[in-house]
Amino acid sequence: MTTVPVSFSVNGTPYDLHVEPRRLLSDALRHDLRLTGTHVGCEHGVCGACTVLVDGDPVRSCLLFAVTLDGAEITTVEGCCAPSGGMGPVQQAFHECHALQCGFCTPGFVTTVTAYLCDHRDPTRAEAREAVSGNLCRCTGYVNIVSAVQRAAELTAGLTAEDRS
Amino acid sequence: MTTRLFGERVPRVEDPRLVTGNGRFLDDLGHDALEAAFVRSPHAHARIVDIDVSEALDVEGLVAIYTYDDLDGRTGEALPLLIPHPTLTHGRTPHALARDEVNHVGEAVVMVVATSRYVAEDAAERVRVEYDFLPAVVGIEAARAAEELVHDDVPGNLAARMVQQTGDADAAVDAAPNLLELDLEIERSASMPLEGKGVLARWDPDDESLLVHTSTQTSTSVRQALAAKLGLPVDRVEVVTPDVGGGFGVKIVHPWPEEILVPWAAIRLGRPVKWTEDRREHFVSSAHERGQLHHVRVGYDDEGVLAGLSVRFWHDNGAYVPYGLIVPIITSTQLLGPYKPGVYRVEFDSLYTNTVLVTPYRGAGRPQGCYVMERVMDAIAAERGIDRTVVRERNFIRPEEMPYDHGLIFQDGRPLLYDSGDYPATLAKLKKLVGWDGFEAYREQARAEGRRVGIGLACYVEGTGVGPYEGGHIRVETDGTVVVSTGLTTQGQGHRTMLAQIVADELGVPFDRVRVTTGDTRRFKYAVGTFASRTAVMSGSAVALTARSVRDKALTIAAEALEVDVEDLEVVDGHVRVKGSPSSSIDLGAVAVLSNPLRYAFDEAAARATQFAAPADPEKPPVGPGEQPGLEGSDYYSPPRSTFANGMHAVVVETDPDTAEIRVLRYCVVHDCGTLVNPMLVEGQIHGGVAQGVGGALYERMEYAPDGQLLNASFMDFLMPYASEVPEVEIDHLVTPSPLNPLGVKGAGEAGVIPGAAAIASAIEDAEGLTITRMPISPSELFALRAAHRKETP
Ligand code: FES
Ligand code: FES
Repeated sequence: MTTVPVSFSVNGTPYDLHVEPRRLLSDALRHDLRLTGTHVGCEHGVCGACTVLVDGDPVRSCLLFAVTLDGAEITTVEGCCAPSGGMGPVQQAFHECHALQCGFCTPGFVTTVTAYLCDHRDPTRAEAREAVSGNLCRCTGYVNIVSAVQRAAELTAGLTAEDRS
Repeated sequence: MTTRLFGERVPRVEDPRLVTGNGRFLDDLGHDALEAAFVRSPHAHARIVDIDVSEALDVEGLVAIYTYDDLDGRTGEALPLLIPHPTLTHGRTPHALARDEVNHVGEAVVMVVATSRYVAEDAAERVRVEYDFLPAVVGIEAARAAEELVHDDVPGNLAARMVQQTGDADAAVDAAPNLLELDLEIERSASMPLEGKGVLARWDPDDESLLVHTSTQTSTSVRQALAAKLGLPVDRVEVVTPDVGGGFGVKIVHPWPEEILVPWAAIRLGRPVKWTEDRREHFVSSAHERGQLHHVRVGYDDEGVLAGLSVRFWHDNGAYVPYGLIVPIITSTQLLGPYKPGVYRVEFDSLYTNTVLVTPYRGAGRPQGCYVMERVMDAIAAERGIDRTVVRERNFIRPEEMPYDHGLIFQDGRPLLYDSGDYPATLAKLKKLVGWDGFEAYREQARAEGRRVGIGLACYVEGTGVGPYEGGHIRVETDGTVVVSTGLTTQGQGHRTMLAQIVADELGVPFDRVRVTTGDTRRFKYAVGTFASRTAVMSGSAVALTARSVRDKALTIAAEALEVDVEDLEVVDGHVRVKGSPSSSIDLGAVAVLSNPLRYAFDEAAARATQFAAPADPEKPPVGPGEQPGLEGSDYYSPPRSTFANGMHAVVVETDPDTAEIRVLRYCVVHDCGTLVNPMLVEGQIHGGVAQGVGGALYERMEYAPDGQLLNASFMDFLMPYASEVPEVEIDHLVTPSPLNPLGVKGAGEAGVIPGAAAIASAIEDAEGLTITRMPISPSELFALRAAHRKETP
């Protein structure tokens, strides 16, 4: 099958790819760019494990063709790390709250929550629950994930305050 | 002093990799491998007439197409029946690729290997398989009626019939002052881990060795099975579990057809081959569970105390029984929960249907048993007009009756003998936690607001830590790193953290010096696997025993070096030191150096250990008789029988008077799994189990059409709960240490799911004042029940 050129950036790094028009963004990220943090749990848009940010908005990379992303700025779970390369605030919160077990769903939650916190600084527990209610997790029962959203909000606020001072 | 880690909420060492996207799951490996796809049967029951691959051959990038006829040697044999049982008189297992007949939608018929999954699917799509249709047997009633057969040579579709009894239960039931008969049903569900199965195989022709990564719950057994099936010496095969995205039982079954076929193809092709299961494949070709019908006769006195219990049930085992009768045996024994049944008899039929095979899903037959027994308790309470907690209390095994022998044989072939537990105390805690006694006031208050609420509870006992054994190996490296391995696998439970806590304590080293590997046969060859809530009990005990022996070895070596008695030494913070005089000490890394007399000095540490370095007795060999170089050791733990954890759940539900929508308002858990290594991890297991319990009670079911098509084989239609459906979980622990193992632990992995359907049924019944005999229950089913109930009681 013929390939088509497409250019986008992932976690700040620009990439020029040649992909088949049918190649899913999830496969392009995982297998062409070897950014395997983005996981595929259903390939039909329901579980949210494949969630990445496209220009800041959470999208399901299993439902997008890579070629449609020309010019986009994509952020994956690998891009949610701290500048030092360690855990970023959302990742740190998931760790502190024991919000993951097998960790297969976690990248999708991390990206989803990262986007959510950009415009929800201080969610209540009910709001936090709502924020993650489009992602499936089979291991944790969500209790600690909800806690992690709130903890991530605290940690993010702390970082922002540090930035300002 | 080193702080004791046992019992602490130690954050997980697994997390930093996983949260940053640096986990390595099966499909994250082998980017350059060839990829496989399968042509699977679209029919539930059919004979294969012809397979035509000619159209597929033109697909660019196709590497190979295999059908049953290509399978040579033992790969062409039926897959093993892993757990035979004398009553399993008609055990049938599938072939890696269907031979001449398919018995469920999703059975693998043709394997395609290509340069990518996309291409493999292109080719698979072009393979034409001609089938002769056979009638499909779907559902327990059809299987039982046996008008059609799944396997020609299995009369009555009956794989097994098994009876256990402690006496003449039916006579006891008939003689009792009161008698109830109940028909109860529970539907199919499935483990449904977020990561499906997957296999990557690499054959090294120079080394004549096979390296297989597979998303399994038992790498050691897959290794044995592969060697046997592929005709390879076992020592040429290694099996590694990468990060595994959940298992919940489905990945304990082995070898899956793909686990044989992918390595087989890799050897034939001389190139790495990978297969990653997609979600639809998982629905139609991995295993399901639950699915049982029960008929119960129970006799009891006026106080509600059981005199006799006679249970007849029918278990849908799907098209094949590679995992034997484990699920129905567990149902038949664990049904008893914390109660004394009086005289007990249970008889079950394990029946074939033309559906996906049935093997353990978290809880493994217990949720069904618990549901049945708890429905019985509620029915007696209702009939006698006694509080539901009181009926239960009156039938409990008392703590002073422990150990309690039920006079039955459990799943491990050993007596069903409860080791410990305090059920009245657990119930008292639960009543307090949920506010059982104050509920009527709450109900009234809700009623005044036009709301309908109900409360329910369910109790269970769970045999955990099933044998036969697990082992551990520990080596202290010369830099003081403690390398631990155990053979069983991990799927997200946090085993590395939990086992490191145990080793750090037992050995006396800082937690961050301990590195744990699980499920890698290159590191540890002997193991059973991860199931039956057994890791903390089995591998936990094994690594504790191992750590103790390594510590002893360290003390012996250090005693010589420090010229003191072993009794005068202790290990603290990674140093062996003289008690009361901490300045005379030697770190464990240095002890490891001394343990291994070297000839060559390749670095400073090694120089200290060369045979010329030590002021050794020239008359003695550098490694004495009975000694071994290296500060390392292995040990095994093998319990006489299972240990029995228990717990009780209480649920408050609200049902919408108009729409019959069901909402769980509160979910309370009291749980006794013996001593807790890491309460945070145990609570996490409970949370996850509860979510699966809620899913199994209200949302999840496998909807088979009468022709054997699975109608809801996607996450869009099989409704696993999101955060919006799962309640907060309130937990209280009770600790009754197990007398059976050195740590006093009992398993915790499955408990959370067991009483879900039972407790929620109890609560809905309480809210609605009608009888529930079938779970899961949807709003429309509740709506229909209400209508039927109104008709009956105008
Ligand atoms: S993999 Fe994309 S939503 Fe499930
Ligand atoms: S942690 Fe396993 S699916 Fe969420």
